[in-house]
Amino acid sequence: MTVDPGRIDALRTRYDGWGLTSRRVEVGSLEDEAEAMFNRGWTDGLPVVAPTEARVASMLDGTTRSPDDVVALMPPALVDCTVEKVAVNAVMAGCRPEYLPVVLAALEAICTDEFNMHGVLATTMGVGPVFVVNGPIAERIGMNAGINVLGHGNRANLTIGRAVQLVVRNVGGGRPGEIDRATHGSPAKLSFCFAEDETTSPWTTLAEDRGFARSTDVVTAFCGEAPRIVVDQRSRTADSLVRSLADGLRSAVSSRVVTGMDAMLVVSPEHMSRFSDAGWDRARFMEELGAHLMVDTDTIVTGAGGIKEGLPEAMAGLTLPKFRPGGLLVVHAGGPAGLFSSIVGGWLNGPMGSEPTSREITP
Amino acid sequence: MSDTDPSPTTGHHPGAAKPSGAVLLLDPTSEAESTDRALTARKPSLDGLTIGLLDINKPRGDVFLDRLEQQLGHRGATVLRFAKPTFTKPAPADLRHEIATQCDAVIEALAD
Repeated sequence: MTVDPGRIDALRTRYDGWGLTSRRVEVGSLEDEAEAMFNRGWTDGLPVVAPTEARVASMLDGTTRSPDDVVALMPPALVDCTVEKVAVNAVMAGCRPEYLPVVLAALEAICTDEFNMHGVLATTMGVGPVFVVNGPIAERIGMNAGINVLGHGNRANLTIGRAVQLVVRNVGGGRPGEIDRATHGSPAKLSFCFAEDETTSPWTTLAEDRGFARSTDVVTAFCGEAPRIVVDQRSRTADSLVRSLADGLRSAVSSRVVTGMDAMLVVSPEHMSRFSDAGWDRARFMEELGAHLMVDTDTIVTGAGGIKEGLPEAMAGLTLPKFRPGGLLVVHAGGPAGLFSSIVGGWLNGPMGSEPTSREITP
Repeated sequence: MSDTDPSPTTGHHPGAAKPSGAVLLLDPTSEAESTDRALTARKPSLDGLTIGLLDINKPRGDVFLDRLEQQLGHRGATVLRFAKPTFTKPAPADLRHEIATQCDAVIEALAD
């Protein structure tokens, strides 16, 4: 193999400076690498892994794409972001090479007019991109869809989300206190990425619901705030639990907001068992949930209940759905025990704000 | 991090670890340099100028801009009103071009 001219050329290109074009930054022998990277403003507040040539070259083995291939126009600076720059930041985030295709697809999803990463970054509201991974790749690269799914402990979940945010920060220039002036921010701005539990779910997956085949690897980006829990440990029937979840969802973002903002509902396996026991599929669940999410606008117009925030008075006397059609994304994930589900409130939706956006993950 | 680093210590790749012990890192930023541009010269007077008022489409931005329009009118300026389709996205290129070609100056209103 080594005498094959094509192979030799490939090796020469690779080992003669690795074919990487990023500027080299020298860190002195007496300088601590981690401190040097903090000092240059390259981190999200946590230490990062030093992006040496060897590590970046190894990271690039995770994709068939060329290092100089442009992945997206990166906001807010709107600069071309290459596969190489993504790989550099993925090394820093702690990714393994096999995570890189997910990071690339996630970036392609958010850097679209529909998702509007510019607005998601620049808004004073504490939201960030939330990523759900579907398809065989999730298990293959070791993503977590079970215990502590929205928490800590899984390298793939945490570093994929983190890598995306580091790219936005370092390549796009979206640094907190500069273009990003969020009032409170959110843990979602650091990393918010998880896999759906497809194996124990009786329902179609989120990606299937969005038109993809179950065998396709897909990442879905949703603009959301940090998750909060809906506790229901007493409901023994699907009917009781769906009412309870609707009750929790009604206050997503604000109980005064209807149709203008989306939400994601992460249904736990124990909660899911109530619905599967009753023979409810995803469609039946959505139909029942929707019926309990109709809001009497008299209760949320401006001034109602002594609260100025609300719909214009002219909209009194109506019954409106809490969420627009397609505005509630439902995912099955979490540990096998625990009668909780989680709600991730959204942000301004549709062409005025951010549209949930899915992309196929390719090698 | 040996699992992402195939050869952290061997020197078969140039520059990754120099004999001095210095380490070369790849710059994770866009490496783009921002250009400094001089501010446009201040207008000595508003008289006869066309001023664009850009509403970013936040609630009550119009209240602020209505008042500005009134004040500018008193001072001899012609006012043209513009609005971004949504405050969450940068102004479209066509809108920026329209403002640039029709106005001597622009005032953008942020409001809530």
